[in-house]
Amino acid sequence: MYTYDQYDQTLVDERVAQFRDQTQRYLDGQISDEEFLPLRLQNGLYVQRLAPMLRIAIPYGLLSSRQVRKLAEISRRFDKGYVHFTTRQNIQLNWPQLEEVPDILAELASVQMHAIQTSGNCIRNTTTDQFAGVAVDEIEDPRPWCEIIRQWSTFHPEFAFLPRKFKIAVCGSEEDRAAFLLHDIGIQLVKNDRGETGFHIYVGGGLGRTPVIASSIREFLPQKHLLTYLDAILRVYNRYGNRDNKYKARIKILVKAWTPEVFAQRVESEWQQIIAGDKDGLGELTGREIERVKTCFTLPNYKIVDQAEADAQLAALAQDNIPFARWLSRNVRDQKQPGYSAVTLSLKPAGVAPGDVTDRQLEKIADLADQFSFGELRSTHNQNIVLADVLKRDLFDLWQLAKADGLATPNIGTIHDIICCPGGDYCSLANAKSIPVAEAIQRKFEDLDYVYDLGDLELNISGCMNACGHHHVGHIGILGVDKKGEEWYQIQIGGSASKQAALAKVLGPSLSRDAVVEGIEKLLDVYIEHRQPEETFLATYQRIGMDKFKERVYAEHS
Amino acid sequence: MPNILSHGKVIDDHWILLSDEDAIPAQGDIIVPLSTWAAQREVLLAREGAVSVLLDGQDEVETIADDLAHFPMIAIHFAKFVDGRGFSSALLLRDRYHYQGNIRAIGHIIRDQLFLMKRCGFSEFSFSAEIDLHAAADSLNVFSESYQTAADTAEPLFRRRR
Repeated sequence: MYTYDQYDQTLVDERVAQFRDQTQRYLDGQISDEEFLPLRLQNGLYVQRLAPMLRIAIPYGLLSSRQVRKLAEISRRFDKGYVHFTTRQNIQLNWPQLEEVPDILAELASVQMHAIQTSGNCIRNTTTDQFAGVAVDEIEDPRPWCEIIRQWSTFHPEFAFLPRKFKIAVCGSEEDRAAFLLHDIGIQLVKNDRGETGFHIYVGGGLGRTPVIASSIREFLPQKHLLTYLDAILRVYNRYGNRDNKYKARIKILVKAWTPEVFAQRVESEWQQIIAGDKDGLGELTGREIERVKTCFTLPNYKIVDQAEADAQLAALAQDNIPFARWLSRNVRDQKQPGYSAVTLSLKPAGVAPGDVTDRQLEKIADLADQFSFGELRSTHNQNIVLADVLKRDLFDLWQLAKADGLATPNIGTIHDIICCPGGDYCSLANAKSIPVAEAIQRKFEDLDYVYDLGDLELNISGCMNACGHHHVGHIGILGVDKKGEEWYQIQIGGSASKQAALAKVLGPSLSRDAVVEGIEKLLDVYIEHRQPEETFLATYQRIGMDKFKERVYAEHS
Repeated sequence: MPNILSHGKVIDDHWILLSDEDAIPAQGDIIVPLSTWAAQREVLLAREGAVSVLLDGQDEVETIADDLAHFPMIAIHFAKFVDGRGFSSALLLRDRYHYQGNIRAIGHIIRDQLFLMKRCGFSEFSFSAEIDLHAAADSLNVFSESYQTAADTAEPLFRRRR
């Protein structure tokens, strides 16, 4: 993974000192609440319903075991001994004290971590595929590009006060696991006829109140121009994005208002002027820099393994052990290096808020990473943890250890693997609670045979229309709404965050908390009755349409 | 005479800031709104004393690109400190139009923005709030390095790393 040199370390250290000074001046009454707001947000600090919340950056989801142990220590010392993994591959502490945040940031800096730009109207953490570097369908490892973007976006002088938050995702594979079409900028790595890697650039995607799928504005951008082209997009947005109404301030609104074609022309014109003004090409990425960053993501020293023998051994173990077989089928996937697998540790056992882990579990995860995956791990936008590079012959040992710590629930990609925002239990923006709904669904569908029979099913829950729980792109999406002070839930179906991205459609009038689980059960009944062999919930919906689902759910109400 | 921060130092400010309703004084260095400059260009150039134009958030620097030689200083107004458009205006003046005079931030700005503003090409700061300018000057230099190219550095860090 990328390791800081003296420049990177100096910058995060100076950031800690800067925020320590700002916090002190705020506590001394020298900075108003209004003026402190963007300063604390750009260091990840929200003021929430019950306590401040601190969001810590995990650049493109990659962590070392050393960093995870530090997070465990921080959560014990400064918080209540647990952390929450978010849908942007970051983590959140739910109970830090404002006065202690500078100390927390200093602890993070000691392991090359920070909370820079994890909130506020600036360029946020760049996200990518949790299987980067090992995915079978990978065109090129996206992480070096994410790191190059991270450095470019960190304290970018021109873009610290954008009209609204700004999110970039990079997809390096055929299948999309980064939901890149739902970002302000989505970057797809592509190869041209000469086999050179470049970027297909999309803009204006996003969730929130007005969900939009991103539009293509440039099909092939050569590598060296990445940063100048990003400068051009951001400059056009910074100058012309709406600043009067925060609900119309995201870049997607500007792209829509101008049309993607006009937006693309404006960016092209700005970019041409940037290049024309940079006669010596100083803003262009150098081959040396690309190489320097790529070198940080070299692959570990793989053993040469007899793939057939490893598979046979696994099959034998699985035959005798149904729970292990279930875990293998749901939580383990092949990677491009023969004899190795990528394992997803589930952070979604029933009864725990999706994405929450305790300090002890974090330490166990760090131990597992050291023992099985070269000391590295990845957070996912589905709020789980991935250990890549696990030898197939070690899978059984890993499973037993993970199981003992509650990290081997065999539910990845099932209805139990719910994406869920913190909701009304924690968040001051929420209209309704989301965690108890997730738990009720997990408890209702306890029978694992039933859950596996349902197959791949993405169920996403947001507690308000800001859509942190990605409800628009769930195969089933649940949105909390406020009706005269009561919590109600709108059901949507048919969304997808894949490369064939689709926005879910509203099923009908919202349901009370008591009726939500029953409503979901009816949707699943319709699916089971109408599905064809091997057909997923999403595919059945796409084939038969909304009506049958709708009729069933609202039958008694009519 | 109010104080401002200029090139890191606290100085007396001799510029007179005019609104679009104010009469143009016969003498003295004045800052006028873009609309006044557009309407009374010849009058402003004929008078004694220097003239500077005040760009608001929505004003495009492109509109004064051909006039830059007339201005020893250009002022950029911040109605709200979170309005980041002025950052682009300053950087464009430096990078695209090679403007060499002073660029002054006026209005609702806060000292914690100074480092980034300086990088975008601002050289002077006139705060609407009464603050300790000597203390604020510390915020100009909170970081010793930067990743990106900007008005202060033609080479991004990746060309300078050792």
